[in-house]
Amino acid sequence: MPHDHSHEMSPSGHPYRTDDDVPLSYWQQMEIAIREILIEKGVTSAAEIAAQVEAMDARGPANGAALVARAWSDGEFRALLMRDAGAACAQMGFDIGTLKLIALENTENVHNVVVCTLCSCYPRNLLGLPPDWYKSRAYRSRTVREPRRVLAEFGVELGDDVEIRVHDSTADMRYIVIPRRPEGTAGLSRPELAALVGRDAMIGTGLARVPGAAPPGG
Amino acid sequence: MSEPADGAPLAPGTTVRVATMMPPGHVRTPVYLRGRRGVVERRLGPFPLPEELAYHRPGRPHDLYRVRFTMAEIWGAAAERPRDTLEAEIYAHWLRPEPTDAA
Repeated sequence: MPHDHSHEMSPSGHPYRTDDDVPLSYWQQMEIAIREILIEKGVTSAAEIAAQVEAMDARGPANGAALVARAWSDGEFRALLMRDAGAACAQMGFDIGTLKLIALENTENVHNVVVCTLCSCYPRNLLGLPPDWYKSRAYRSRTVREPRRVLAEFGVELGDDVEIRVHDSTADMRYIVIPRRPEGTAGLSRPELAALVGRDAMIGTGLARVPGAAPPGG
Repeated sequence: MSEPADGAPLAPGTTVRVATMMPPGHVRTPVYLRGRRGVVERRLGPFPLPEELAYHRPGRPHDLYRVRFTMAEIWGAAAERPRDTLEAEIYAHWLRPEPTDAA
């Protein structure tokens, strides 16, 4: 492939990413000003802020998966989770702060999927930061309108005998989907079960993995 | 905006219709559900009203409900699968009790 447009393509043939040479927005300026004042006055430090950003970025779906694994293997806990998900989290030692949580259990007949059409509400304390697609206009608008097509694009094909129940996270609650426990998992320990539960399964755009099956690509 | 109904809390199973009002501001009732009829799934209890909180007002406690709709009710003939359902959280002052269908 000839590289005759070197000002647009890198030597390896990829387009250069445009620099974000745009003026700061009002709120960006405000954030910088407040951050600098807080550091100047000794309220916090740059290192503390960087550490907090790193901690937020590092949050993943592990706590959510542990919750699901316990619900699968402990009937009393499962009942508590369905009745009062906040209390169930507390019992696991997960601090969910002021988050009000509802657990949605998938069954043979009902498949739950969560979306926030108005913004990007997401149970970050349990699942970490939301994926970019969760915040996209396409996911937010299409999931309430054509959930079956959206799920099919995630590789989830549901029969006509299964009701899809979409949960629009419009106000104060956050949701976690409890996927169905896969067949052939009777002898597995809780950590082994948790390893089958990915982020998407707890949003409802995926299913729990079958043991021994290849993990999804990407 | 109309004040929240001071009546008894709506019991699960109550048929309700979402108000069609279009007030400006930080409203958490999605437009695609306004005017649609659904059934109360559960009462979530009182929460400080975001419509007030967003403007540095006190955010008086308002009852919040989960309401279940059918896709047929929301999208009519364009529904992907009419019997699929959708649930959303809606504040009490947006909900009008409706007579339940006979049969």
